Amino acid sequence: MSQAALGTAPAAAFRPGAVAAARRRGPGERQVASLLIGLLCAVLVLIVALPLWTLLSKAVQDTDGRFVGLANFLTYVTTPTLVASLVNSVWIAGLSTAIVVPLAFVYAYALQRSRIPCKGLFYAAALLPIFAPSLLSALSLVYIFGNQGILKGALAGASIYGPIGIVLAEVLYSFPHALLILATALALSDGRLYEAAEALGTSRARVFRTVTLPGARYGLISATFVVFTIVITDFGIPKVIGGQFSVLATDAYKQVVGQQNFPMGAVVGLILLVPAVLAFAVDRMVRRRQVALLSARAVPYAPKPRRRRDLVLLLYAGTVAALIVATYGTAVWGSFVRYWPYNLSLTLANYDFASAEPGGWEPYFNSLRLAGLAAVIGTALVFTGAYLIEKVEAAPGGRALAQFIAMLPMAVPGLVLGLGYVFFFNAVWNPLNVFYGTLTVLVVNTIAHFYTVAHITATTSLKQIDREIEAVSASLKVPFWRTFGRVTVPICMPAILDIAVYMFVNALTTVSAVIFLYGADSKLASVAIVHMDEAGAIASAAAMATVIMLTAIAVKLLHLGLDRFLFGRLQRWRAR
Amino acid sequence: MKAWLAGGLALAVAFGAGDALAQRSKVTIYTGLENDQLGPFKASIEKAVPEAEVVWVRDSTGVITARFMAEKDNPRADMVMGLAASSLLVFEKAGLLQEYKPKGADQLKEQFRDTKGPYTWTGMDAYLGVVCFNTAEAAKSSVKTPASWNDLLVPGLKGKVVMPHPASSGTGYLMVAGWLQSMGEEAGWKFMDGLHENIAAYLHSGSAPCVQAARGERTVGLALDMRGASEKTKGAPIEVIVPKEGTGWELEASAIVKGSKNLAVAQKIADWSATKEANELYSKSYAVVAFPGVKNTPPNYPANGEAGMIKNDLGWMAENRERVLAEWSKRYESKAAPKN
Repeated sequence: MSQAALGTAPAAAFRPGAVAAARRRGPGERQVASLLIGLLCAVLVLIVALPLWTLLSKAVQDTDGRFVGLANFLTYVTTPTLVASLVNSVWIAGLSTAIVVPLAFVYAYALQRSRIPCKGLFYAAALLPIFAPSLLSALSLVYIFGNQGILKGALAGASIYGPIGIVLAEVLYSFPHALLILATALALSDGRLYEAAEALGTSRARVFRTVTLPGARYGLISATFVVFTIVITDFGIPKVIGGQFSVLATDAYKQVVGQQNFPMGAVVGLILLVPAVLAFAVDRMVRRRQVALLSARAVPYAPKPRRRRDLVLLLYAGTVAALIVATYGTAVWGSFVRYWPYNLSLTLANYDFASAEPGGWEPYFNSLRLAGLAAVIGTALVFTGAYLIEKVEAAPGGRALAQFIAMLPMAVPGLVLGLGYVFFFNAVWNPLNVFYGTLTVLVVNTIAHFYTVAHITATTSLKQIDREIEAVSASLKVPFWRTFGRVTVPICMPAILDIAVYMFVNALTTVSAVIFLYGADSKLASVAIVHMDEAGAIASAAAMATVIMLTAIAVKLLHLGLDRFLFGRLQRWRAR
Repeated sequence: MKAWLAGGLALAVAFGAGDALAQRSKVTIYTGLENDQLGPFKASIEKAVPEAEVVWVRDSTGVITARFMAEKDNPRADMVMGLAASSLLVFEKAGLLQEYKPKGADQLKEQFRDTKGPYTWTGMDAYLGVVCFNTAEAAKSSVKTPASWNDLLVPGLKGKVVMPHPASSGTGYLMVAGWLQSMGEEAGWKFMDGLHENIAAYLHSGSAPCVQAARGERTVGLALDMRGASEKTKGAPIEVIVPKEGTGWELEASAIVKGSKNLAVAQKIADWSATKEANELYSKSYAVVAFPGVKNTPPNYPANGEAGMIKNDLGWMAENRERVLAEWSKRYESKAAPKN
């Protein structure tokens, strides 16, 4: 498909500006663009599509690899327990989304559109859940609401093990993912619209409804799909805290890990892909209507202090941030406790990992290497890719393909992606199999696994820059790569740093895919945490998770410092 | 340029020569052994087989089994060790194991040997399903310490028992298979019907139930014997009980992977695994090992462990797995609503 796309003329040429731009650009430039897009497609096919295909094609085979058509699907729909999991998954994900998106929107609004103090601190506090391995949130919820929990009474007799616990933990876990997208969506807006509204005496509610919400529409829709798919594919939380309540992701685990039934695992994996395909379709529809918010003549919006609004938002953000910090704080405290809940004396012994993990601290350093590589390589790939898809007028077929593949990974449970990598990168015929079991495969897998949210962040930020900037540079005979380097990258620097931090942090905390891929000398801290938890060394698991969380926080602080520096230099245009 | 090349070559030769002096082949072993066993096992193997350098890839039995099966077209492991015999039967059926009978395998207890030819796997130790009973929690609701499986059916334990899910954990399945074999199918299912009334959740791990019982999250956790003993040693207020009717069990075994590039070294390691020294090492963690006469009850291990092992047919377990799991799922999973 990408090959075919290379030859076609840009279809986006309906827009007169684009036609002119395309004409003014030399044929050399368009060829470079097409080539790059072809390359992007090739990379995405290699790291996402082919591994997935290798596993998902097993859905129509029996366990011995013979083609059986739709027999597995028939088994699936006729097994009542499996269908019940489907229903469970959908309503759990729906409920969590309905709670998270409004919560995160108001929080993002407080961060971007008000004058509350300590915004950096609030932002960092809200990101805690992605700083910590997901096991930690489940552990802290058990510490707090478990049968021996400090606040067990708060649940009024209901049990944390089950849907309540899953929704609670998922809300906590997916909150920063939604926030990341919504904060980007609310970051840029045209101040002139607000000035005009004020001059016309429009009520604030109306301004919110007619200016703010439509401007953030794309972000809202993205956030909704991101949260829904994160929740529906997550397996770690239901495993630890789901109790008797079965969902699709635990079903996939039972089939694959419990019974080595890869075909049925593939069937469940395929069903989990449905929300992603929907997301892609909706994305296409929204995209057609999206108007650039930040036209070349735009004036960045700067919120003016308004006492009551700021106070209410400060209270709100303070409460949410305090709840998040308290939850994770409990688990950190747990990492110092000798034997919870029977011996609450404090000790540092849990941080001597050698007693619970043969590698000692080594997995931690492996994780750092993985995270550093994934952040650098991943960010470069994702942002350049998003730019090519979003801003370059060539090879529309190739761009559509790349956009589609970029949206896939989020919908794929890590378990499915990890096994896909085993089947694909370990195949005898695959010359890349020399990398199998090495850090390289782990890096590639991590980038692929977290591609989507990074891609959405990049796209959201790019969408807000007027295409006129490209058109102007084209009319000045400046090739697009120079515009990219001189204009786009500097404007989007905050989003780029966000992506790098997102990649780094997720590489530190991810488990579900890499557990099938790490080799003898590339064991990761996140995997070590799972092993220690399984071995009953819960305090050591919490301790390692705390170390990971602190590392992620340190990186985030570095990011804030860089951001300030960059805001000083590159973002000066934002201030009037 | 030439000088560079020459220098590089000289270096390569120097390093190559250095390597040749201490030529050791890396033997990759996939294992489900516990973390703390890996160090001593590696040391002991490398002492017995100096030409081997052991490289572990360790994970829970389910994960490592799934990974091994997923890699079957291009196996990465030279050996598997400390893996459930039921997993090895799956590998054997898929033709992934090398035929080899370690020297001295004949002197091992009979149920620890591969009885159906070709000979591929050798048992190391046995693990049992046990009851982890939290006495501190039980005292609060005055439930008496169970001695029989039927003591777990009392109303006082309603919603306070956890066990591994038989479809996701080998330990869960060995317990279900144990009840069906020792009580007979009809009585076995009837017992599980009753137990189901008290179950809070079926967990996706063989040791998690005991860990939860140890921390007082639950009163009773049905789990692996070794996990129970080690939790108690760490200070948990639990009793580790083998009910008087006996309990289901499974073997941990080792085997050589077909296509191993280090076959000669792997065979020597396999020989080691059947020695008395190796079995003494196993017995540091497990009460019941393959070598007759090697006995060392780990601290806090139930005294009646070996006596409590029911007459278990591994072949029956493998053949009836799908049927039993389907029946189990029909009885206890179709009530999808959470019980608590």
